Amino acid sequence: MQCPKCHAPMHTYNRNGVQIEQCSGCRGIFLDYGELESLTRLEAQWSQSAPPPAPPAAPQGYPAAQQPAWGAPHGGHGHGHYGHHRQKGFGRMLFSS
Amino acid sequence: MKPRGDGGAADGKNAGAAGELRRHCRVREEGAYPHPVTTDALLPALAARVRATAHAGARACPCGAATLADRPDASVVRHAGTVAKAHAPDTDPAALARRVAVAAGLPGVFLPPLAPTPVTLHGRPVTFWPYGTPVDPEDPDAAPWEAAAGLLARLHRAPVPEEGVPAMSGPAKAARAVARLRTGAPHHPAAGPVLGAWAGLPSWARAETGPPAATALCHGDLHLGQLVRHPAPAGPWLLIDVDDLGTGDPAWDLARPAAWYACGLLPPEEWQRFLTAYRAAGGPAVPADGDPWPALDVPARALTVQTAARAVTKAAAADRPLDEAELPLVDACARMAAMRPSAPGG
Repeated sequence: MQCPKCHAPMHTYNRNGVQIEQCSGCRGIFLDYGELESLTRLEAQWSQSAPPPAPPAAPQGYPAAQQPAWGAPHGGHGHGHYGHHRQKGFGRMLFSS
Repeated sequence: MKPRGDGGAADGKNAGAAGELRRHCRVREEGAYPHPVTTDALLPALAARVRATAHAGARACPCGAATLADRPDASVVRHAGTVAKAHAPDTDPAALARRVAVAAGLPGVFLPPLAPTPVTLHGRPVTFWPYGTPVDPEDPDAAPWEAAAGLLARLHRAPVPEEGVPAMSGPAKAARAVARLRTGAPHHPAAGPVLGAWAGLPSWARAETGPPAATALCHGDLHLGQLVRHPAPAGPWLLIDVDDLGTGDPAWDLARPAAWYACGLLPPEEWQRFLTAYRAAGGPAVPADGDPWPALDVPARALTVQTAARAVTKAAAADRPLDEAELPLVDACARMAAMRPSAPGG
């Protein structure tokens, strides 16, 4: 098949079950009857199954809504004031009013 | 609860036999804490009372007594399997008696009192308890978070007795700590943020009004020193210290671990263990799932302020800087104080 515009040969591609003819010269695309609707339908399915857009970047390791706003900035994970050794001062605090 | 003349030694037997006495003495040595010098006549009298309670009918014993605590608000003396606690001089005796009765009505949750009513000694109400093994202060990693959570869930689910249970006095305790900061260290650089955070709390959390909905029996002062194994040394964990027990917002009892976690002091894993166990046991203070912080926020702020106020007052009295566990509390107070102008509704 030849391109109706520039008459260069057209190549057939299959994309998700839709036959597409593309001109090797001008890169124009020829769609058969119903192929545009098929592409549109496929596009809609793709959008539905795609993962939701990423939430606004939360601080790494900050458990969402599981710590009050006044909490330590890194209190949620690993960067708190506790460490490999529990601090002596905090050890005492655990046992007093 | 009937009073037990044998003093409630762990095995419930009378402490008359020589072998028993030897065991008592060994136990005493293990529990022999340094003996602070503050109270003049109270401690000897308390020691005599606990000895008499431990050995009803015995003429002499070689046990002696161990002082477990001697603070302005409480002196605690142990003799063999019996512990006597002299409560603060300003304790309301009727309220204390009610609290002891509530504890006696919750076996398996509270350590059962040995005597149903407090006695008076040198103007101080005194209560008697069986000895239980505490959490090892040298090993806070062994903290029984699941057991603590389970006990609190059971306490919070217990039916509230109809007659005259006093209010849980957690907010009053926080208010006292702040009052002491105001008089003891008003010019300390950390006093500003701590008082600022306090001012942002609702009036019920500052003990100026009753709680919005007094809903459950609460311990009122939970920390790791409030758990013992009874019978010692390997019995089930039980709650001790009835001084603040009463009706109130049960979230208060979860709020100290919550505050430690929020301030970055308690690892998230330990907080999650505690919270998960509380929920698994059907504890009503927080929703069964989802974000617990709407329920915890006010009490956790109050307890952060209380702990920070105590720390600053003590550091000022000792003329020492705040340590690495105290500074995060003050920092958290500063963040609370900074949030005030944009508080909801403002």
